[in-house]
Amino acid sequence: MRPDLTQPITMDTFLRGIWRENPVFVALLGMCPVLAVTNTATNSLAMGVSTLFVLIGSNVLISMLRHFIPKQVRIATYIVIIATFVTMVDYILQAFSPAVYAALGAFIQLIVVNCIILGRAESYASKNAVLSTAVNAAGMGLGFTLALLMLGSVRELFGMGSLFGVPVFGESFQPWLVMILPPGGFFVLGSWLLLFAWWRERKARKALVEEAAHAR
Amino acid sequence: MNEQPMVFAEPKAPSSFLLVRVLGLVALISGLLIVLIYQWTLPSITEQRRLALEKAVFQVIPGASQLTSYVVNAEGVHAKDSGTSGPALYAGYDAEGKLIGIAAEAAAQGYADAIRLLYGYSPECQCITGFSVVYSRETPGFGDKLVSDPAFLANFDALDASLNADGSALANAIVTVKHGTKTKPWQIDAISGATVSSKAVGKAINESAQVVVPAVRRHLNTEGRL
Amino acid sequence: MQGESLTFVFLNAAIINNFVLAMFLGICPFLGVSGKLKTASSMGAATTLVMLISSVSAYGLNVLLTSFEIEFLRLISYIAVIASAVQLVEMSMKKFSPGLFRALGIYLPLITTNCAVLGVALFQTAKEYDFLQATSYSLGAGAGFTLALLLMAGLREKLELSTVPRIAQGAGLSLMLAGLLSLSFMGFAGLGG
Repeated sequence: MRPDLTQPITMDTFLRGIWRENPVFVALLGMCPVLAVTNTATNSLAMGVSTLFVLIGSNVLISMLRHFIPKQVRIATYIVIIATFVTMVDYILQAFSPAVYAALGAFIQLIVVNCIILGRAESYASKNAVLSTAVNAAGMGLGFTLALLMLGSVRELFGMGSLFGVPVFGESFQPWLVMILPPGGFFVLGSWLLLFAWWRERKARKALVEEAAHAR
Repeated sequence: MNEQPMVFAEPKAPSSFLLVRVLGLVALISGLLIVLIYQWTLPSITEQRRLALEKAVFQVIPGASQLTSYVVNAEGVHAKDSGTSGPALYAGYDAEGKLIGIAAEAAAQGYADAIRLLYGYSPECQCITGFSVVYSRETPGFGDKLVSDPAFLANFDALDASLNADGSALANAIVTVKHGTKTKPWQIDAISGATVSSKAVGKAINESAQVVVPAVRRHLNTEGRL
Repeated sequence: MQGESLTFVFLNAAIINNFVLAMFLGICPFLGVSGKLKTASSMGAATTLVMLISSVSAYGLNVLLTSFEIEFLRLISYIAVIASAVQLVEMSMKKFSPGLFRALGIYLPLITTNCAVLGVALFQTAKEYDFLQATSYSLGAGAGFTLALLLMAGLREKLELSTVPRIAQGAGLSLMLAGLLSLSFMGFAGLGG
């Protein structure tokens, strides 16, 4: 069976999914929902939480079964388990929150092909104990939700002048329509990535300057 | 001295039987989970759907508080479980059981994607009494004016849908005209800047009404019930 | 909608509501693979084939599931069919075109997690397309996906010869390009009206 690399659970297990290994901004995974459902902040939050549920649920189950699943059929079993949890979320949302269900539409079922979940199953859940997997999945899910919110808030703010449905600007605000249309999704995500790249450049340059100063 | 090369035993590949057994077990667990959730949420979902339908129907048939479902096609109106297929039709009754109007589904291609709506028809005034959008992906800010623009909504206060002499079709086809040029009661004044979406509404309602209105009128019995 | 003509269904999926640029499906391969025109076109062709097989199977599956009233197994069965279709295409490609198989590498099995493939199956079910419409829809979706890949690959090939500021290199630039492409494709809206 696969080597068990159970790592001790630290704050890092949880935190790395939020910033350093953020699935959206660093690994560029799970792009489809990121661009499609971030037209409002509420939708972003709903999608993030749904994905978090599926991520934790499926990865915990996979981690529990990790010693029983042979290598040859692991991808197939992972996908079946993930599809099960997605179906569960689909029905739960239909029953208890029809408004969210109507807003997210087909993208709830598309959570099953979100590369983040399969990626985590393959690289972490299959090799680590249940608790460690749960913590890591929670971190990744929160990082994903955070990324969604960062996109959704900007798009809703400029595209509709509101945040979570609450109008922020006055009556005379002219909405920047493209923000809530498809091109806007691409532009906003691209801008965030440019911003992060610029920030990293700055940090690297500052580190170099400091190093040079110390060397003297 | 001859050194024997180290031979590592190859790990035995799991038999196909084991693979199938594992897959079968996982499928079983998954199937069980899904069925459980489905059964648990079914009453809630059915209730939600019923409430949503009632809300939409009562919105387009003002004054109605009970509804019964039918399907309608070119042959006429049929009960929902009669096995015939066709667009849905709903009859709205008030608290005393008097027929107020009917609501029917309609759809047409809009600017970005299909627009699906529910519209109400009153046999008494022989007119369309309102509509609500079921599905729309029109440009935000333009397409949503369909349900918020008061001048557009005023078109549907009493949109004429009277039948021709032999009751086989509408006397005058419902048509959307350019903003500001409405002269006849069967015309819909388009929203300025959202002509395509407005035209889609007109086209959808006309296509549906040409079939539904004659069928409903034929089906009405002497008490005015369907 | 039942009344849609086959040509319209095809054009709708390929251009008016392009799966990548208007519906945000299939973004991962769109950003990842498109660097060279040849790889892009092979990826597009492979994906279209998978879409066609999955779409036809999904239509049949849906008929089966509805007649037994077990619609809650729809998602699992669709994804199982897609995984099998990808496996099939992989094996045939390995046999008949090993060079292409090696060129696509890891991206071939990743077609299973391509949102566009599952999207085709789910949307055609939601729109209640009949068999011919479903086939037309999947071919259109594949064509649109390939078109988007080719456009992106062509643009990236040209950009390799120009200087791009370091912070924009990689994903940042691709996304801005995608945004511009998406904006231009918005011009096709209203084509079907």
